[in-house]
Amino acid sequence: MFTRPDAVTLTIYLDGAPLTARAGDSVAAALLSHGIHTTRQTPVSGAPRGPYCMMGACFDCLAVVDGQPGVQTCLATVRDGMRIERQQGARSLSDTQ
Amino acid sequence: MNPDLIVIGAGPAGISAATEARAHGLSVLVLDENPAPGGRIWQALETRGAKDQDDTDGLLALHKFRASGADARWRSSVWAIEPDGTVFWSEDSVARSARAARVVVCTGTTERPMPIPGWTLPGVMTVGAAQIALKTAGLLPTGATWIAGQGPLLLLYTVQALRAGGRIAGVLDVSDGTAPLRALQHVPMALRAFDDITKGLAWRREITRAGVPWLSAMTLRAEGEGTLQRIAFRAGGRPRVENADLLLLHDGVIPSVQITRALGCAHEWDAGQHCWKPALDAWGTTSLPNIVVAGDGAGIGGARVAVLSGRIAALGVAHALGRIDGALRDTAAAPLRAARARALAVRPLLDTLYAPRPRRLDDATIVCRCEEITAAQIRDAATLGCLGLNQLKSFTRCGMGPCQGRMCGSTAAEVLAAARGVPVAAIEPYRTRFPTKPVTVGELAAMAAE
Repeated sequence: MFTRPDAVTLTIYLDGAPLTARAGDSVAAALLSHGIHTTRQTPVSGAPRGPYCMMGACFDCLAVVDGQPGVQTCLATVRDGMRIERQQGARSLSDTQ
Repeated sequence: MNPDLIVIGAGPAGISAATEARAHGLSVLVLDENPAPGGRIWQALETRGAKDQDDTDGLLALHKFRASGADARWRSSVWAIEPDGTVFWSEDSVARSARAARVVVCTGTTERPMPIPGWTLPGVMTVGAAQIALKTAGLLPTGATWIAGQGPLLLLYTVQALRAGGRIAGVLDVSDGTAPLRALQHVPMALRAFDDITKGLAWRREITRAGVPWLSAMTLRAEGEGTLQRIAFRAGGRPRVENADLLLLHDGVIPSVQITRALGCAHEWDAGQHCWKPALDAWGTTSLPNIVVAGDGAGIGGARVAVLSGRIAALGVAHALGRIDGALRDTAAAPLRAARARALAVRPLLDTLYAPRPRRLDDATIVCRCEEITAAQIRDAATLGCLGLNQLKSFTRCGMGPCQGRMCGSTAAEVLAAARGVPVAAIEPYRTRFPTKPVTVGELAAMAAE
């Protein structure tokens, strides 16, 4: 598990539950700082997955971020009030498309 | 405005290429997925601050780049390049394009996949991933963290994490015990890069002094229900099971060739580094005249080599575009080439010491994380006559998920080669296609030319 000694300033929401984050964090790093490793379930078998490479290559850390599905959370930067939902299976087409 | 040069990736190679090109009067556009320059090794260095001489050198390079006048676009994800130098990317949810006379691809490396049973469980990550979490967000490993694999990055991260106050339960070394003997032949050459060797040995001593167990281990498995809970392995001739909530894997790095593959550039097999790399001329130009590669994406050499390659590539571009004559180009490049040869002297030693172990995957081990394709399915495909990775897609869907083969290509080739009884280099690699990053129809509809 990871931990972080520094102060945190922002609030994000994972499946509705508030979590602290630090400005500049990637969404994935903010979740990992709370020991949260699971961001989605795979479309193939429903197995849980989460951040693996942290550099945008593996596509395992996908989640729904502010309504946008299929976001690579390791590349998305947190914003105060950001709403993240774990992605269940294949991404859906979002309303904004 | 179409620039003279577009640089993809703002790591050591990219920022050096951009800075050098600006010094010769070229207009430069730099595209990078991250929020700031630095690539992997200098990631978030401007906010972290320098801790040693390498950091200080990096910070100086970053300052020069920031002052160079290059147009840098952060959080910009390149998804297509055409051979004529037209680049497409997404920035703030809008697709954009620009055409440059030359494109320098500085996309660096990805970690060589190290598939073990259970490596898809949440809680199993790469050492590189943990290093990014440390550098960008200050995340430290707590007690039940194990590190497994081999290579310089494994040593470096372990030392960085310990110095920052992190705690590590143990390091599982999977390197070949006979490799040091075979590596001896490369020691005389590597002595030209003596400081690299002494640094590596000092890291190893520091880990031992910190009381972190260093175990030679085999047959590692990650286990748990829904998340990583324990690891199982053999060490000292007996099986062991340890509690674990974080397992970090690392087996070296390989060039990220996604873009050059999709472009159709010629590639060659590097037998010393066990990977494919683009075929380049002395200035980094690929088989496509407008496409240049610099840095670790051209073969693993490390940050110092990447800086020098970036500058050499920029000199080549400046000459090709008529900004400097051949004599000036060659004079400026000569000391850079000499320095690069010195910095590369340690590579044959490292490549031999940390050569990837042959994969002897259990049938049930997942090779393709996206499509959840196991080693057994690849072996079955070989039995049915599957010859290469593109056929393997049709047989199994291996490599057809969102990562587009980044996480499985090298393993799938090795499993298929072993099943067929041919060298890995004889296995046709994935034919990568643009877009190499997902782009939405909405982004495309809003496409704007620069």
